[in-house]
Amino acid sequence: MNDTSKLIWRRGAAAAWPICLGYFPIGLALGVLAQKAGLPWWAVAMMSVMVFAGSAQFICVAMIAAGATTPAIILTTFVVNLRHVLMSSALAVYLKGVNRKFLALYAYGVTDESFAVNLTRFREGQWDRWRALIVNHVANSVWILATVCGALAGQFVPRGALGIDYALTGMFICLLVFQLQGGIYIITGLLAAAFSILWYLLIPGDSYIVGASMSAASIGYLLKRLYRRDR
Amino acid sequence: MSFSDYLVLFGGMGLVTYLPRSLPLLYLAHKRMPQWLIDWLGLIPVAILSALLAPSLFTDAATRSLAFGKLELLVAVPTLIFALKTRSLGGTVLVGMLLYWLGGMV
Repeated sequence: MNDTSKLIWRRGAAAAWPICLGYFPIGLALGVLAQKAGLPWWAVAMMSVMVFAGSAQFICVAMIAAGATTPAIILTTFVVNLRHVLMSSALAVYLKGVNRKFLALYAYGVTDESFAVNLTRFREGQWDRWRALIVNHVANSVWILATVCGALAGQFVPRGALGIDYALTGMFICLLVFQLQGGIYIITGLLAAAFSILWYLLIPGDSYIVGASMSAASIGYLLKRLYRRDR
Repeated sequence: MSFSDYLVLFGGMGLVTYLPRSLPLLYLAHKRMPQWLIDWLGLIPVAILSALLAPSLFTDAATRSLAFGKLELLVAVPTLIFALKTRSLGGTVLVGMLLYWLGGMV
C-alpha cells in the first residue's frame, strides 16, 4: 500500500468513526431484540449483509415477533427505505461521470448516517469517492459485527436491561430531529403523527405507516406550494 | 423460520432496499426527476419517522387505544430535548436507553 492510499484509508476511517460509535449500541440492541424474537445469529448476520438498513431491520424484527407475513415486511421495508431515493439523488451530484460498477457498489452503503457524513464532506470539498466508499464499508462492517455480537450475547442480557428496548425509539427521535429543517417539515411531522395515531386506532394491521406518511407528505407538499404561490 | 424462509425474506428486503439506493445514482447523471417529486420525497423521511414514532408513544399496543401516561412518552420528552441540543445520534440513543432503564426501576 503506498502513502496516498494509506492516507485515503485513514481519512475515510476517521470520518466513519462517529457513525461506528452510534452504530455499535444500536447494532447490539438490534441483535439482542432479534435474538429475543427467535432469530438465530446466522440469520442476523445474513440480514445485516443483505439488508444494510438499520430502521428497516428493527421494524423487520418487530414484525417477525408480531407474526407479520413476508410480503408485509418487504412492503414496509420498501416504504421505509424509499427515502434513500432522495439521498442517492443528492449524492449523484457529486458522483457525476463515475463508472457504473463503482456506483453499484457505493449504492449498497447509502444509509442515513453515511449519506449525512459523506454529503457534508463532499459539499465542503476535500473529499473523494474512495474515502466516501470507505466510510460506507467501515460503517457496514461495524454494523454486521455489532448485530451479530448482540445476537450471540443477547441470551445473557436480561429483559429490559440497560433500557435496550428504547434504542429504536431513541434512534427515531434523533433521526426525526435531523429531518426538522424548517416549518414545513415540522407541520408535516405533526400531521404524520396525528394521521398515524388515528389510522392506527381505526384500521387494523400496519398500513398506518405507509398511509399516514404518504398522506402527510402530500398535504405538506400542497401547503408548501400554496405558500410559495402566495408570496 | 427455516434458512430458505430467511433467504426469501432478506432477499426481498435487500432488493427493495438496494433498488431505491442504486437506481437514482446509476441514472440521475442522465435524467432529472421532476421538481414536484423531489419536493414530495423531501417530506417523506420526516413523515415516516413521525408515523413510526407517534403510535408507539401515544397508544397502547395491547388494546390499540389512546394512552397518554406511558413511560415511552415521558422518556421521549427529555430524549427529544437532548437530540435537539446535541444532534448526536449515538448520544441520544444512549440517553434514551438510560432514562428508560431508570424509569422502569422507579
